[in-house]
Amino acid sequence: MSPIIEVRGVTKRYGGLTAVNDVSFDVEKGEILSVIGPNGAGKSTLFKLISSFVRTSAGEVRFRGQRISDLAPHVVARRGVVRTFQETTIFRAMTVRENVIVAHHLRSKATLAGFFLGTRAARADEAAFGASADDIIGFLGLDAIRDEMASTLPQGHLRALGMAIGLATGPAVLLLDEPFAGMNHDETMRMVTLVRRLRDERGVTVLLVEHDMPAVMKISDRIVVINFGEKIAEGTPAEIQANEKVIEAYLGSEDAAIGM
Amino acid sequence: MRSILGVTAFLLAVFVAVPWLIAVSGRWDFYYTLTSVALLSIASAGVWLTFYIGRINIGQGAYALAGGYVSAVLITKAGFGFWLTLPLAGLFCAGLSVLIGLPILRLRGVYFAMVTLVLTEVMRLTALALPVTNGAKGITSIPLPGELSVFGLVLIPDFASLENPKLAFYLMAVTLMVLCYGALYRIVHSRLGHLCRSLQQNEELAASIGVNTAWLRILAYSISSFFGGIAGASFVAISQSVYPSSFQVADSVNFMLNCFLGGLGFVFGPMLGTLVLYFGWDLLFTTGRYQLLIYSSLLIVLMLVLPNGVLSLLDRKGVRR
Repeated sequence: MSPIIEVRGVTKRYGGLTAVNDVSFDVEKGEILSVIGPNGAGKSTLFKLISSFVRTSAGEVRFRGQRISDLAPHVVARRGVVRTFQETTIFRAMTVRENVIVAHHLRSKATLAGFFLGTRAARADEAAFGASADDIIGFLGLDAIRDEMASTLPQGHLRALGMAIGLATGPAVLLLDEPFAGMNHDETMRMVTLVRRLRDERGVTVLLVEHDMPAVMKISDRIVVINFGEKIAEGTPAEIQANEKVIEAYLGSEDAAIGM
Repeated sequence: MRSILGVTAFLLAVFVAVPWLIAVSGRWDFYYTLTSVALLSIASAGVWLTFYIGRINIGQGAYALAGGYVSAVLITKAGFGFWLTLPLAGLFCAGLSVLIGLPILRLRGVYFAMVTLVLTEVMRLTALALPVTNGAKGITSIPLPGELSVFGLVLIPDFASLENPKLAFYLMAVTLMVLCYGALYRIVHSRLGHLCRSLQQNEELAASIGVNTAWLRILAYSISSFFGGIAGASFVAISQSVYPSSFQVADSVNFMLNCFLGGLGFVFGPMLGTLVLYFGWDLLFTTGRYQLLIYSSLLIVLMLVLPNGVLSLLDRKGVRR
């Protein structure tokens, strides 16, 4: 079976600075793949290149064999590759449930004019979105805060809400931007379980960018390591932990906590 | 249930109670004032919709002026009836706003506001320069709206044949206002409105859930400009004339203030804001040269005390909008 995501020689230059240089790897359907690297290695840029929030300078990203790089972000989302955001990017002035319902946009069968006129298809959509939102809220354990204003939520819940928003679009591939950032050990372990369940119970392929090593080792089927914008290693967690280049890259940087 | 009662009460008030009160009190001049408020509130409703997608619009005067000219030119030069020019003026403005919006709607915050601020002035200068608009002399002696009939059935009589065209204009303006606010209410409470809110709160996140943000911005802006266009065309019909100075930068600023004052979180905010602002200005007329000073000081105080608009008083009492 061909890979669901193919990253082929992707490069991003900002003026004279090359943030990402000729990176290639595949993501297989149904796997959890992590991209790691020291601070400033180009992880975030690579993430934005794959979700097409940034244009490539060279190379391309393919989804199910079709090029998705350099398309408008909403088109990439429509194809089934959906990203979440690193920080507290949610619709602040909506309740948790409203956040999740509005994110069902891609699943609507009725047109906007249909919604305006309140046609039967539109009403059916609304009912389906409500039910699906409640299902997702239950899945992520957000029932208790369903009707809370998103702006009042603590960090941990916000991260889960961000994931709920991504899930509501019905993605084939979910791109998670540092899902464990700023979390303590217990929160991280809960999130690890959650991401696994995303894949196991919802069949979502997960590509995540992260620098929390223990979590990455625990969660990933495979890992891609980048440093100074270039891929230096790729393999299973065990292979990565034994890789000379990776150890060097991490020990050579201030962030020595490789967690082995 | 509660909202049906509210709507009924409102319709009774504007279509029955107001004409009755005016007939009893003999204050016929109020018709002109209330007609103006109704039409200005339509233009303000458009501005409110652009606020709803997170853009500060200080350019609605441009579309009101354009709509007025489209109607005036079509009536005087092409022999169209007013009732046909009304939707055409709206559509012209909607189309124009797509062309203008495509480049400028990429801008956010104060940059978008600054560009729109210039629009009204650009439109005024355009009206001065174009041959078809007759320059500074404007277009005058525009005939009153004629008869509107469908298959021989007269829906609206010829205004010129009426004993009291003031009442006719009032009814026309109020009907338009009810239609526009009805449409706005539906927009806001349907999926379209939810997507607009998503856009207002976070454009990147909206794009990530598959919303075509550029298209949605254009759509909202063109509906907004449609409102501006029909308001302008109606105004021109009442005054039977249009000049480059009919709608100025100050008008554009007022449309925005109406929204602020009434409340950006409430569909009917701009309507109330227009009423309060228009009457507030008139009531202060007796203070002579202190009028502007008192007026602007009051506005500042109101915005400090009620930053979410007059209608936010309802929320404090726990009443949902």
